Amino acid sequence: MNGNLDVVKKKKIQMTLVLLIMLLITVGTSMLTEFSFAQGIASIPGTIVWMATNLIPGAESMENLPKVLAKLWETIVLSVLSTTTAAIAALFFALLGSKTTKVNQPMAIMSRFIASVFRNIPVVAWALVLVISFGHNVVTGYFALFFTTFGFLVRAFIETIDEASIESVEALNATGATYFQMVFRGVIPESLPQMVSWLFFMIDTNIRSATLVGLLTGTGIGYLFDIHYKRLDYETVGLITICIIVVVIAIEFISNKVRRLIL
Amino acid sequence: MEAASSVQRLKVRHGKIKIRTFNRSTFVLQLTLSFILLFTIIAPFFLDYSAIDIQTAIFYTLDNLKMMFLQPALNQVTLGAALYQILITLSLAFLSTLIGAVISFFLSIASAKNLMPSYISNIIIAFNSFIRAVPTVLWVLIFAIVAGLGSVAAVLGMTLHTIAYLTKAYSESIEDIDNGMIEALRATGAKWWHIIVHVVLPQTSSYMVSWTFLRFETNYGVAIAMGAAAAAGGIGFELFMASSFYYDLHEVGMITYFALAIALILEFISIWIKNRLIGSR
Repeated sequence: MNGNLDVVKKKKIQMTLVLLIMLLITVGTSMLTEFSFAQGIASIPGTIVWMATNLIPGAESMENLPKVLAKLWETIVLSVLSTTTAAIAALFFALLGSKTTKVNQPMAIMSRFIASVFRNIPVVAWALVLVISFGHNVVTGYFALFFTTFGFLVRAFIETIDEASIESVEALNATGATYFQMVFRGVIPESLPQMVSWLFFMIDTNIRSATLVGLLTGTGIGYLFDIHYKRLDYETVGLITICIIVVVIAIEFISNKVRRLIL
Repeated sequence: MEAASSVQRLKVRHGKIKIRTFNRSTFVLQLTLSFILLFTIIAPFFLDYSAIDIQTAIFYTLDNLKMMFLQPALNQVTLGAALYQILITLSLAFLSTLIGAVISFFLSIASAKNLMPSYISNIIIAFNSFIRAVPTVLWVLIFAIVAGLGSVAAVLGMTLHTIAYLTKAYSESIEDIDNGMIEALRATGAKWWHIIVHVVLPQTSSYMVSWTFLRFETNYGVAIAMGAAAAAGGIGFELFMASSFYYDLHEVGMITYFALAIALILEFISIWIKNRLIGSR
């Protein structure tokens, strides 16, 4: 009985300690970044009012609609293109890096390491370096998105291959199938639905990243947002935001439908 | 009996057994794949390249990447200042993750289908997909209209995406709880918060910690981006200054290495936490 009570007491002390440390870090980080909770809470109502008045586009901003739609189309094409091409490269690296399909251990470690580096270098760094040589051009955005997408998809594909295919690979190996038969008859058909699902997820993510890259490099929808934002033309800013919301939700809707059918 | 019927269903053509069966899901999969493939082939023609010399550009890029990754150096910022800026970026990520996690905890209880009626859960899911549809940088800039550019707008904007992400992750782990436990407590006449404290928290806390740290890792990357694109301060801002203001690729390289090192450490910790807390079950 006494032992039991001690456990409860110990847990309580542990919880209090964790909360105390969290509180200390919170105070420390707020001081470091000059973040104030009061100011944060105070600015929420103003933002909601701003959104209510500006997210419904007026007649004046509708004149900009053709321009917005053209840039939006460019952003969609860019994010799909960078995702699909990165997926092809990622599939190759994932096959080398996965436990079930690796050729040899050094190459597996190498491929995982390369993917990890590409994944963890911020997309901002890629964009800022590429813009110096490629200029304000779609190619800048394409490569910046390609590199980060590649890094992420290798990890996702490796996990998919590892999860999906152990049994079928064992069965195929038992029949004496060659490496390529094992990969193309066993591994890929089995993990393809999950991979397509990741593809949709990445297209969705890349539309949002493309906005960020555009803002930094002066291309696409991000650039359009930036110039109207700096001109304080908030009606057009609202219009652009609404357009992005519609596109992202539409893609999410389509991908949910497809995912339900193929998985 | 069953073996016989399955043998009858085999289709043989040209002396080979047909191993692929045709059904709706493979049809949709093939249709999706061929559509994506077709789009990828024709998409490059939709884009406007506005006359750049690709060859020279690639040559310059390789040169730039060489300067960046092979000759990194700090020129404008000192080592101490760089480390301090990384601390600020980590702080921004910490604040938005913590605030987001606290709000998400309550929202996830409200949106878990085994604790609440489904219409509340649907409202929260719709609200979250609205939040997710707006890129983080746009949220930060929208908040900045009222709050001014800086850490307040950045933390608020990043918190919103954290909420959307964690609410989904938390409520999925709550929905995985064995329903029998909740029913057993309800049968004894336990109050709603008793169920939260004695079933939901103990059952899900390890998953929640793991998801929260994963989000912290993501938020670190987002905080770098917000520093560069929305003047939120931190290492991202230094990165922006080094490349767009000083054109100093050596410094860009050094800062990238710092950011990369921290990101790799965070990824390592997050995998360790996941294996420690969830893998042991």
